[in-house]
Amino acid sequence: MEIEEVYSSRELDKVEGRAINELIARSQEPIPDPDRWLDEKLERNILLTSVDAVLDWARRTSMWPVFCFPACCAFEFIATEASRFDLSRFGMEIIRNSPRQADLMITAGTLTWKMAPQVKRVYDQMAEPKWVIAMGACAISGGIFRSSYSVVPGYNRIIPVDVYLPGCPPRPEALIHGIRMLHQKIRRKSIAEGE
Amino acid sequence: MTLALSGKDIAKQIEKKFPGGVVESAAESLLVEAESLLEIAAYLKNTPGLDFDYLTAVSGVDYLDCFEVVYQLTSLEHNHSLVLKTRCYQRDNPTLPSVVGLWRAADFQEREICDLFGISFTGHPNLKRIFLWEGFEGHPLRKDFL
Amino acid sequence: MATTAKTKEIVVNTEPFVVNFGPLHPSTHGVFRMKITLDGEVIVDMEPVFGYLHRGIEKLGEERTYTQVIPLTDRLDYLASMSNNLAYCLAVEKLAGIAVPERAEYLRVIMAELQRIASHLIAVGSFLTDCGAFLTPVVYMIRERERILDLFDMVCGQRLTYNYMRVGGVSQDIPQEFMPALAKFLREMPGWIDEYERLLKENEILLARSKGVGILPRDLAIDIAASGPVLRGSGVKWDIRKADPYSIYDRFEFDIPTGTAGDCYDRYRVRVEEMRQSLRILRQAIKDLPRGEVRSEVPHLIRPPAGEAYGHIEAPKGDLGFYLVSDGSIAPYRFHVRAPTLINLTALADMIRGWKIADTIIIFGSIDICMGEVDR
Repeated sequence: MEIEEVYSSRELDKVEGRAINELIARSQEPIPDPDRWLDEKLERNILLTSVDAVLDWARRTSMWPVFCFPACCAFEFIATEASRFDLSRFGMEIIRNSPRQADLMITAGTLTWKMAPQVKRVYDQMAEPKWVIAMGACAISGGIFRSSYSVVPGYNRIIPVDVYLPGCPPRPEALIHGIRMLHQKIRRKSIAEGE
Repeated sequence: MTLALSGKDIAKQIEKKFPGGVVESAAESLLVEAESLLEIAAYLKNTPGLDFDYLTAVSGVDYLDCFEVVYQLTSLEHNHSLVLKTRCYQRDNPTLPSVVGLWRAADFQEREICDLFGISFTGHPNLKRIFLWEGFEGHPLRKDFL
Repeated sequence: MATTAKTKEIVVNTEPFVVNFGPLHPSTHGVFRMKITLDGEVIVDMEPVFGYLHRGIEKLGEERTYTQVIPLTDRLDYLASMSNNLAYCLAVEKLAGIAVPERAEYLRVIMAELQRIASHLIAVGSFLTDCGAFLTPVVYMIRERERILDLFDMVCGQRLTYNYMRVGGVSQDIPQEFMPALAKFLREMPGWIDEYERLLKENEILLARSKGVGILPRDLAIDIAASGPVLRGSGVKWDIRKADPYSIYDRFEFDIPTGTAGDCYDRYRVRVEEMRQSLRILRQAIKDLPRGEVRSEVPHLIRPPAGEAYGHIEAPKGDLGFYLVSDGSIAPYRFHVRAPTLINLTALADMIRGWKIADTIIIFGSIDICMGEVDR
């Protein structure tokens, strides 16, 4: 069967390579963290409206993660989701394959420059409000592979990160602690903005 | 127990058929000229009694004056193994013949050596970068990279 | 009025089109991308694209001392870290001529076989998930795997990347609670495997989806240097533990399960039977565990004499080998990993040609890859 190649495979590879080189050139500095933690004193003097409280409760108690599992930390995430450390009790057991339906990206694994445009694309496709937990040492700073020629030194070069979770890999208990920290951050965000 | 064949014994057999092919033979390995690599490899694969039908691994090493490619060969039937090596002395555009025609196992491994060292293998059906992206400059596993 | 209906023959022209599959895809086991050429839903051709997890482990290994490379090897096939450590330590010991005490050898075998069971549980579980038993078998198998991870946690404090083996032995001795816990696990595990078999061995859907699917012929398997369950599923009885015994495997009695047809069902059966054989080896190893040192006297900075060595073991995914070149200094001059999963993937295009997309996932899952090792 004659296959007429409009784009040859080599051209596709060159296009991908150019996109990666451009992303490297753009990502030389880390993106600053969004939503600095609220000062403790302010919290006591603000009354939260009931609509806000309901919205917050809805957002944080059923955050759906998107599928983004490059490397080893993925298996600690899968273990967290299985029956011993159950993620269902936080409403998070559904891993949404479509980024449009998800609001949390748990980046479980080392990011390489070749993979970076794809992860950025998935992040851009997620609808607001969205959060990112950088899971593991490789996600925070490149980890044990930081000095390698093809590893991105931390996900915060390409996407803004909300919670950093150290460990190599972090135990499931640590991942649950990180998720609860994110819940607290979501609660405080609406207090800070006084909506 | 897999018997690791001595390079010296095999060298004697090969010298008779392909004179001048063997550069150096040691107890653990056999170093051959790049030009006669394909003939010697075919001889090793097809001769009854040797029957090296399983190419376990292909590795590249960068000694600063040459590149060396090491083939670990095994015979499933007779349960013996041999280490075959070949060298390439050019630094810019090194080339070696590809053994993909004999053992298909060399397909991805030769692409990897081409990607990370820059050695081209003549006769390989699809020699392009496998791990790094098109547009990456340099060959990382060379000793003079970074 | 009768009309003579003239039938007009309509010739349907189809064009093949290329679909991109991955790298972030819920079914591919890791970040693996395929460019599949389809004719309707039948696959005509496929081109794999690797490198999305290429972290440069081989280059990093050249900057670290021989002991510092061991955590890097953990992260190669992160589902079977003990096996990676063992293969690397064997290669260094071969290079430097270091002997390993008896107790350490037995401990290494115990850890390696437990690791084989843990890795096969995930392999079988995800294969069944791909077949359509969405998540139930894998959750049951993760329950068993958690028990094995508890045992590893007891020994070295880690659940996934252990860094337990050292050149010349293992890093620390087992605590007192380990043996009773392991004995309890060995008593209960055969019952769990029987439970999975009862539900799955003659299951019609599993048979329909995997019997005869993705056949790897015997000659092709040898030509591409396949290893592990992929090679044994195609009928070649080649297991490094019997063919080229390393450590003390020649003292144990066990069988090598082999398939006949080389299809996905055979590879699945080979893995389940290998779990049973590992339990058999573990029972023998526990009985004979001697007392003694767990690590021989090895200097802090190991300087092997200049030379090279190739050490390989039967890892759960295949024949894992390390080729080390030393120039007499504290760091390896060249550190090359023979990745079984990369080599097993050589024939993937031939195995999926003629099948549909849904079958691709099953065939790919039955090869059981781990991208950390494919891409290094």
